[in-house]
Amino acid sequence: MSILVDKNTRVVTQGITGNAGQTHTRASRAYASGKECYVAGVNPKKAGENFEGIPIFANVTEAKKQTGVNVSVIYVPPPFAAAAIWEAVEADLDLVICITEGIPVRDMVAVRDRMRRENRRSKLVGPNCPGVITPGEIKIGIMPGHIHKKGRVGVVSRSGTLTYEAVGQLSELGIGQSSAVGIGGDPVNGLKHIDVMKMFNEDPDTDAVIMIGEIGGSDEEDAARWVKKNMKKPVVGFIAGITAPPGKRMGHAGAIISGGKGTAQEKLSVMEECGIKVTRNPAEMGRTLKAVLKK
Amino acid sequence: MKIHEYQGKEIFRKYGVPTPRGYAAMSVDEAVEAAKKLGGKVWVVKAQIHAGGRGKGGGVKVAKSIDEVKKLSSQILGMQLKTHQTGPQGQKVRRLLIEEGADIKKELYLGLVVDRGTQKVAIMASTEGGMDIEEVAAKTPQKIFKVFVDPAEGLTGNDAAEIATNLGLPQAARAIFQSVYKCFLDTDASLVEINPLILTGKGEVVALDAKLNFDDNALFRHPDIVALRDLDEEDPREIEASKYDLNYISLDGNIGCMVNGAGLAMATMDTVKLFGGSPANFLDVGGSATPEKVTAAFKIMLSNPKVKGILVNIFGGIMQCDTIAKGVIAAAREVKLTVPLVVRMKGSNEDLGKKLLKDSGLPIISADSMGDAGKKIVAAIKKKSVKKKKVAAKKKVKKKK
Repeated sequence: MSILVDKNTRVVTQGITGNAGQTHTRASRAYASGKECYVAGVNPKKAGENFEGIPIFANVTEAKKQTGVNVSVIYVPPPFAAAAIWEAVEADLDLVICITEGIPVRDMVAVRDRMRRENRRSKLVGPNCPGVITPGEIKIGIMPGHIHKKGRVGVVSRSGTLTYEAVGQLSELGIGQSSAVGIGGDPVNGLKHIDVMKMFNEDPDTDAVIMIGEIGGSDEEDAARWVKKNMKKPVVGFIAGITAPPGKRMGHAGAIISGGKGTAQEKLSVMEECGIKVTRNPAEMGRTLKAVLKK
Repeated sequence: MKIHEYQGKEIFRKYGVPTPRGYAAMSVDEAVEAAKKLGGKVWVVKAQIHAGGRGKGGGVKVAKSIDEVKKLSSQILGMQLKTHQTGPQGQKVRRLLIEEGADIKKELYLGLVVDRGTQKVAIMASTEGGMDIEEVAAKTPQKIFKVFVDPAEGLTGNDAAEIATNLGLPQAARAIFQSVYKCFLDTDASLVEINPLILTGKGEVVALDAKLNFDDNALFRHPDIVALRDLDEEDPREIEASKYDLNYISLDGNIGCMVNGAGLAMATMDTVKLFGGSPANFLDVGGSATPEKVTAAFKIMLSNPKVKGILVNIFGGIMQCDTIAKGVIAAAREVKLTVPLVVRMKGSNEDLGKKLLKDSGLPIISADSMGDAGKKIVAAIKKKSVKKKKVAAKKKVKKKK
């Protein structure tokens, strides 16, 4: 098993005709069960046409009606991406994965508020994230499929390439992954570390979890406190940005130390207090996890 | 994106947020002109730089005559203003704001940001205005009053009334809070800070300062705000990097780092530090680095005279390692690299990339892991500086002879 997505997931790609949409739909379809999983695309101007055999629909609701999709992946450009998220939520999909980077925060505040106010059940991953992968079954997003290996360790992270780094280290040690979830580097997003941690805790096929965070906000601390009280499985952690000076935005809109809050040091101490095995050396994430598995 | 105080106040005026009368001045003559136009007996000469803490640094002075305006303006204009936010080198003052003096009865604080936890706009208000608000938050958090604004409803009359009550202000201030909130929302601000917000002797509420930052992701819909950008206030290397869509931030160390992805870039900096080195910059080349982009990145890193070595760390996913290798080789040749270069590549076409580097004949040090890369660049710099010292020592010996 796995969390969020597996080989039975049916995916609609919003923005399938754009550059990113084309490239990554192609690569995702070529991965594991991708051929069966990618069944629809959306572009209101190209409804009725197809992308390399994948039918294109005018909107997500129509795609769902015709093909039974339950998950959407979004490559729509930033000015229209929040509206695309809402379109997928309104179609009542199980999960919406927004890859798009650069969405205005105000747009995200509005769409997240509407999701809560209308009590929508759709989960959101991202935006500004690599996506979700269940190795050997399905890849939804922009991560390189070949570095993954099917197995029993969960990975959750705010950053893209740092997730690949962790996954690469695990695979090299012969340790496979149940699912890897990139929750994204924006300040206002969907699922947070704590939400994904809860899912891994419930997943019978996940034995341990690597949690990767970065400076800014307090999501990692919230997850750590939850782990202390509820987690039945070992958790390993790393926080990027020990060397980041306050007030400077480190690439991700969410990665900024402001008002003396959100430092890597503070996050690492809370995680340690909560029983998470942390490493300060990012090259040691894989080995640190291997060590807790042996116990 | 940041703007100057005088620009922020111009935006405030459009939204009906009361500010003192004032004019921007780029020269002493303009400053005198501005003071004459304002009239009155008291003026404030304020240095306009993008950093906070200007008052403490000597960039804000009160003048009681036109002669004094002239004297203070010529002192402040062109000075290297040092505050806790500028770093030890300070920031050169190129613009002034000449304002009418204010009759301050109470100094308060008002700040707006997007709160990540609640995913709402948070309004923070405090009676401890004029102070370093971070210090107030750390020492006496109970003195900061917070309201989380419902995105659908906006700042309600009740919310605004509560803020006014907590600040001990007349209820007439409610409309001002609502205007500030509207301004925050309309302009896609990421921060609006008024420190101090004052109550005057006549009972008026006035924004004596205006600090506005904007969400870079939303600038595409605000050409009027983009027009306010002052390149003099930004790091020239960061400006150059933005032309190539590179994400660069200057730091204090001597090891240039080039990485793909923000998280991995931070982790690489941390690794350098872990092994006793110090990063000279944060540099994320993004997901689609071309050889041109890599060359530009090398030039930008090397334009920093402090850089004594370069560490490249690439996790090739979509991006192929051989493409990066070609870019690195081309860049190293073009800039005639003289400092040690350590390259760590992982992922797609890794072997091909490593072979290209090896066959290039360039003195590139290859590393297998991130930790290995960190160790090697720190060691390479040490070795080089020891060598230099030895050479220098030998020269000295020779001279003595």
